[in-house]
Amino acid sequence: MKKVEAIIKPHKLDEVKSVLGELNIEGMTVTEVKGFGRQKGHSEVYRGAEYQVDFLPKIKVEVVTTDDLAAKLAEAIMNAARTGKIGDGKIFISVVEDSIRIRTGEHGSDAL
Amino acid sequence: MKSIIYAIAILLFLPFVAFAEGPPAVDTGDTAWVLISTAFVFLMTAPGLALFYAGMVRRKNVLGTIMQSFAVLCVVSIQWVLLGYSLAFGPDNWGLIGGLEWVGLSGVGQEPNADYAATIPHQAFMIFQMMFAVITPALITGAFAERMKFSAFIIFTLLWTTIVYDPLAHWVWGVGGWLRELGALDFAGGTVVHISSGAAALATALVVGRRKGYKTDVMMPHNLPLTVLGAGLLWFGWFGFNAGSALGANGLAATAFLVTNTAAAAAALSWMGAEWLHRGKPTMLGLASGLVAGLVAITPAAGFVGPVSSIILGLAAGVVCYAAVSYIKPLLGYDDSLDAFGIHGVGGIWGAIATGLFATTAVNAAGADGLFFGNSELILKQFIAIGASAAYSFLVTFGILKVIDWTVGLRVCDEDELRGLDITQHSESGYSL
Repeated sequence: MKKVEAIIKPHKLDEVKSVLGELNIEGMTVTEVKGFGRQKGHSEVYRGAEYQVDFLPKIKVEVVTTDDLAAKLAEAIMNAARTGKIGDGKIFISVVEDSIRIRTGEHGSDAL
Repeated sequence: MKSIIYAIAILLFLPFVAFAEGPPAVDTGDTAWVLISTAFVFLMTAPGLALFYAGMVRRKNVLGTIMQSFAVLCVVSIQWVLLGYSLAFGPDNWGLIGGLEWVGLSGVGQEPNADYAATIPHQAFMIFQMMFAVITPALITGAFAERMKFSAFIIFTLLWTTIVYDPLAHWVWGVGGWLRELGALDFAGGTVVHISSGAAALATALVVGRRKGYKTDVMMPHNLPLTVLGAGLLWFGWFGFNAGSALGANGLAATAFLVTNTAAAAAALSWMGAEWLHRGKPTMLGLASGLVAGLVAITPAAGFVGPVSSIILGLAAGVVCYAAVSYIKPLLGYDDSLDAFGIHGVGGIWGAIATGLFATTAVNAAGADGLFFGNSELILKQFIAIGASAAYSFLVTFGILKVIDWTVGLRVCDEDELRGLDITQHSESGYSL
């Protein structure tokens, strides 16, 4: 099993979600996150006081799937989330040792 | 034959009719308008000003900030009934302060008091004035936001309203008050409310000191929609503040209403425009701050100037206050956190000067002509009123704060300031997420 973790632009979430459906992947976890990469932050001015905002809002999508689907999924997310501008985000793929469905106690890919 | 009977009847009843007109009569229209205006001005403090300020602080201080406005409302409501109204409007002593004759509203009843408002119950005038006494110390809270100890704040409010506001209100509005006798004009409280709270705000910012991390930490407003909601309520309430100060449902009230709206709109646009030129973007906070600056500036002038003058007055107010807040404050380095001095002090001073420039007896025969209408004396009186009220408020506020600092202490400890007033002063949080 692999975990595919994608940091994407918030407005791309719906498109990413719909590619999961096309690959018959049945679950995802979404978190609102903040951070920075190569895309610079921006400044905000309140009554003349200027503040540098370094952490930009992003969405983190986490999906755990079978080994054979992981690469396909990553590519699908990449295509769905791309705008071509700096700040589109990143995808990380890592190995997952086990998974357990809490309700039934199933293990491994049966629990996905 | 019938006409003779009427004539006899009229002759018979005439003395009684004349007798019945002896004591001043309550006008129902005037009374309705002043009572409604009172409720408008109430809305300015709670929740108008409370939300206006609350949106600009950090989220850890949102309730503490709102609570200061509401607490002022409660404290001054009681103080005004027991003592404040008598000190401000009671029988004059040396032109400086009202006597104690009206303590506990003794003698302040439903009959009009012709010295102040001949057509409305004395209690209606009293409660209208109470809302002005309420909002003034609430305005100062913007200067010491996010760091004042709640107990010290309550003591400060009580002392300030008694020692600073009440005498100042007497000078300007009380029968026999020396600035009133001098002939300085202040229609709805530019001197009494805005210059006094603005000067006090500056003193507070200096004595209380900067917030920890001022100019190094990010201190962005945490919820600007709250601030904008508050600004809208302030604008709405200000119609009662200024048009209600005509103390009657009449033409003067209509003029005051008109110039109030016009000046606010002009100042909102000019602050927004100044920011747009200077920083590249027009902001909602800028527009909201500008409209308040315009409302402050038109306050002393509302019953004395015409609509075109009010546009010029408002345009200048937006630019002057923008400059005060974004140039002068950083230059001098004091932490007037929510710009109580920058908007109310500076805007109030400009409004008092502008009254001396733009006032015309064509609008209000009981007023005076300003410099632009051929009278150079009024502007000098306005400067005296500005100087006297600003100096009195600044110095006495300074003294009050020093005494509180030496006794109970003004500020929360550094750790409490870091954690926020909501948790440390009140054990509650504005947001549970």
